[in-house]
Amino acid sequence: MALSLTRAAPALTLLALLGPVTAGLAGTLAPAFGLMPALGGTEVSLEPFRALFGWPGLPRAVGLSLFTGLAATLVSLALTVLICAGWQGTRAFTALERALSPLLSVPHAAAAFGLAFLIAPSGWIARLLAMPLGWDRPPDILILQDPFGLSLIAGLVVKEMPFLLLMTLAALPALRPAQSLATAQALGYGRVTAWFKVILPRLYPQIRLPVYAVLAFSVSVVDVAMILGPGTPPPLAVQVLKWMNDPDLAMRFRAAAGALLLLALTVAGLLLWRGGEIALSRLSARWLTAGGRGHGEGPLRALGLGFGALSAALVLLGLIGLAIWSVAGLWRFPEMLPQGWTLRSWMRHGPEMLALFGRTLLIAAMSSGIAMILTTACLEAEQRHGLRPGTRALWLLYLPLLVPQIAFLPGLQVAGLLSGLDGTLAAVIAVHVVFVLPYAFLSLSDPYRALDPRYAAVAHALGRGPSATFWRVRLPLLLRPCLTAAAVSAAVSVGQYLPTLFIGGGRVPTLTTEALALASGGDRRIIGVTALAQTGAAFLPFALALLIPALAWRNRRGMRHG
Amino acid sequence: MGPSGSGKSTLLASIIGTLAPGFTLSGRIVLDGTEITHLPPEQRRTGILFQDELLFPHLSVGGNLGFGLPPRLRGKARREKIDAALRDIGLEGFAKRDPATLSGGQKARVALMRMLLAGPRALLLDEPFSKLDATRRGQIRALVFERARAQGLPVLLVTHDPEDAESAGGRIITLG
Repeated sequence: MALSLTRAAPALTLLALLGPVTAGLAGTLAPAFGLMPALGGTEVSLEPFRALFGWPGLPRAVGLSLFTGLAATLVSLALTVLICAGWQGTRAFTALERALSPLLSVPHAAAAFGLAFLIAPSGWIARLLAMPLGWDRPPDILILQDPFGLSLIAGLVVKEMPFLLLMTLAALPALRPAQSLATAQALGYGRVTAWFKVILPRLYPQIRLPVYAVLAFSVSVVDVAMILGPGTPPPLAVQVLKWMNDPDLAMRFRAAAGALLLLALTVAGLLLWRGGEIALSRLSARWLTAGGRGHGEGPLRALGLGFGALSAALVLLGLIGLAIWSVAGLWRFPEMLPQGWTLRSWMRHGPEMLALFGRTLLIAAMSSGIAMILTTACLEAEQRHGLRPGTRALWLLYLPLLVPQIAFLPGLQVAGLLSGLDGTLAAVIAVHVVFVLPYAFLSLSDPYRALDPRYAAVAHALGRGPSATFWRVRLPLLLRPCLTAAAVSAAVSVGQYLPTLFIGGGRVPTLTTEALALASGGDRRIIGVTALAQTGAAFLPFALALLIPALAWRNRRGMRHG
Repeated sequence: MGPSGSGKSTLLASIIGTLAPGFTLSGRIVLDGTEITHLPPEQRRTGILFQDELLFPHLSVGGNLGFGLPPRLRGKARREKIDAALRDIGLEGFAKRDPATLSGGQKARVALMRMLLAGPRALLLDEPFSKLDATRRGQIRALVFERARAQGLPVLLVTHDPEDAESAGGRIITLG
């Protein structure tokens, strides 16, 4: 039985990933071409697209989506590369590495709210400038939700750069960077130049898929764009959501057409990026071997570290800002701190918050639990039957991260309506699994494959079968990476907005949907409470993942690292 | 005997049944008159010691020995067997210790005893002495061979050290 479960695991996992994506895409495709019998759409027509292209805001919305998506990806990647090139192996780098997991666990929405509180005309930065500049009221400039989407780009970069940095750190050791760098430096190359010439060309193919995922996410992001992005018109993804939620149900057709356009836009963005990759590798081929040893490295290193630290500081200060607002009494411009402190916001919203907190964590625990079972079963199948996924399977794994959520979730919602499963907790958990699973697999697969196979050989030689070997040797030895993978998965689940909104049908509210519902209201105190609770929900699993192994292995020196 | 890359460890892996995918095995492996070629690894009862002791770092020293002991021995009898085994290798009272706190020689002895407690029908050695220093090396080598002889176990040692090969006192086959 156990044997057949591991054999079936890869197929089951693929089904869990691809089933919802394909069903959802089909469910979006039909109404985009006028087919939705429930709303009277019984004939194939191009009317939805005609309506879409007739919307005057379209060129601007499309331009915004593409520009902010490409810019956020480019800046995130450039900073990641600069930080690694300039600082790998130094103490500053280790410090940044430590800040990485907490940074990653901060949900997108909470980070965006925090950033908004910092850069708004009445935010901390303006308050800081108010004294020397003599402002007595918030300056009348459009920083937040600026028409070019610059604050949106900033909001994306502070979250996507840590993700790319983590992916880079995971890929680096296999390239043995220290040896290559030492060789190049002995040949007289500067540290940054050496990194660009001998590490980056081998590293980039390893992090290409994560970069594509960042690009696809940034082009089609909704939650961060609702908080930091421009409003009229908003990026296309936000506009599609508006049409979806329009009381006029006929707007659903236009929304479906918009969702397909967004999918096409994402594909176009990816193709554009791929073109850039090819051009850059052609252009740099000569440069790589032309012998230039590099100069002006100091400023490049300072740039990388400066912006890296700035982006970490923005997230941290943002969270502190949220915390202060949540307990602020009267807080007038341009005072740096409130005049009084009060727990009123927490008291008033506490019971409701606690219920949301519980539900958010329940969904996170269930979805990451299912994802972890599927992931370990797949990895165990690799160990036992040599069923190792190829490059193509890796693409499939990334599919839910590459296809814009808003392109297939509306379709999936229709499937949910038809089956009567929409609006149930189970359906929300199931759809979270789709987005959680790739992260569970990505974080667990490397440690799992790296475990010394001779431990299993010894267990077999001692007469233990595959299942005893799994439960009594492999799993305990991998407790720490397993818990970390579960925590990453749980944090991803906590941050999910669109899946919860669409599949929950408004009947399964979580901290995330609640926080976003408050975005337009602008009551900073309750936003502070909700976003902090959301951050807490994402952070709790990480704390457990640190605490449990430390307690379980307090008397086992050999288990302290790894 | 043979230089690195000549397939010594692969040979042992084929006998204990953990041959990596990509290798094919032809011929038959017979132990004690029964063919084990197609048995799953855990039913072959072929004991193995590697260059690293590979004590399970999450278990105590006693836990490691218990892992090797067949499950039919229970409760007090089981504990006594483990204590006796520890006494036998000069590590009395070490049952609760963290394996990471043992010296190299102590670890090697625990690894050997863990293997023997599982009741193997043969003992395979994958350069198990090469990491020990010269004095310990002689002691552990003597201990392993003495135990194997006492239990009447056939031993297959792979090594690239002529001294190890000589001291085994058996037939020497050169690979590669």
